[in-house]
Amino acid sequence: MAHTDKSNWELIKNGMFSENTIFRMAISLCPSIAVTNSLKNGFFMGVSVIFVQTMVNLTVSLIRNFINPKIRIPIFMMVIAGYVSLIDMSMAAFARPVYKQIGLYIQLIVAFASIFARAEVFAVKNKIIPSVADGLGMGIGFFLAMIVISFFRELLGKGALWGLPIVSGNPLLIMVLPAGGFFAVGLLMGFFNWVDIRLAERKAAAAETAPSVETTG
Amino acid sequence: MDFGKLFQLVVAASLINNFVFTRFLGLCIFFGVSKKMETAVGMSVTFTAVMVISSALSWVVFKYLMVPLDITFLKIIVFIGIIAAFVQSADTIMKKVSPALYYKLGIYLALITTNCIILAVPLINSGEGYSFLESMAFGVGSGLGFALALVIMASIREKLELADIPAPFRGLPISFIVAGLIALAFTGFSGLITL
Repeated sequence: MAHTDKSNWELIKNGMFSENTIFRMAISLCPSIAVTNSLKNGFFMGVSVIFVQTMVNLTVSLIRNFINPKIRIPIFMMVIAGYVSLIDMSMAAFARPVYKQIGLYIQLIVAFASIFARAEVFAVKNKIIPSVADGLGMGIGFFLAMIVISFFRELLGKGALWGLPIVSGNPLLIMVLPAGGFFAVGLLMGFFNWVDIRLAERKAAAAETAPSVETTG
Repeated sequence: MDFGKLFQLVVAASLINNFVFTRFLGLCIFFGVSKKMETAVGMSVTFTAVMVISSALSWVVFKYLMVPLDITFLKIIVFIGIIAAFVQSADTIMKKVSPALYYKLGIYLALITTNCIILAVPLINSGEGYSFLESMAFGVGSGLGFALALVIMASIREKLELADIPAPFRGLPISFIVAGLIALAFTGFSGLITL
């Protein structure tokens, strides 16, 4: 039973950046391409995932002492499926047009590796507050990824944002096509890797100069 | 029995509406196991088998249990339960009956529960109101489509290992771009059959 000793803010930050579901861990990729052809769809998907992830972490953490390890997988699945059904039905009731487009993918949040993984790795071993913080962080990280991808795809593919036209002229139709989703994610992932490599280089350079100062001093 | 319709369903599910390239489902597994040809083939075989059986099982439960009881709104929970239970029992039975096969394909079984396609197919089947044979045909088609995608991707990625790719794009990013190119090719299939 490894309890975490990180502060809540560190946990949230961890989920948002260093363990970002899409760009770092590369899991739960299906919706990152399927629903990111417009900012609105991406936004609703992101919000749903924040809700499900946080509530699942909260619930699993609450019942963690009653779960028999041998049947934990079906139990986690039922908890996740319960919350997904909840959001699925509320969305069908209150956001009809969006639901028509992304309804299937909302239902498939059940099969998200990331949500299951956080329940398995984190929530089942930790107290309630850190679990909620972890869930929030992971959810927000996913939300940010969806926003970034769908921002570029809608802007380039339709010349619009949130359905409002912004740029006139011929948009790059390929960006809203299925293939464009793969390109967008691939390019963004490459970009974040590049930033990482540059940061690591800078850190290495700083580390090289630091000891030399010490020896001369 | 209209076999033409069934054949159309298989072709449509595997080529035109290929799950990986036009519906973007099962991507985690798709990128996870397409590094080597051997694992890709193992995954495809296991996946197609589980796909067909679980779509048959969930059709029976949906038609004869959930519709009469009027609990269709619970379909997400019930379907994922069926799949998880089936995968778990297949795992146990295979370990006992055929250890050699288990040694080869067992690891893929565990991965399958987190594959969105396996849940999407029963959901689509019930949403479209397919008959039993149509559901099976849709399952076979989606399984074949996924297998095709995996094999194409694995053969490209094996060659990609030797290519000189800019450092930030090594690994996953370049695989995404390759998948994009294949998806572009697959759009050529649209309009092959109109259902």
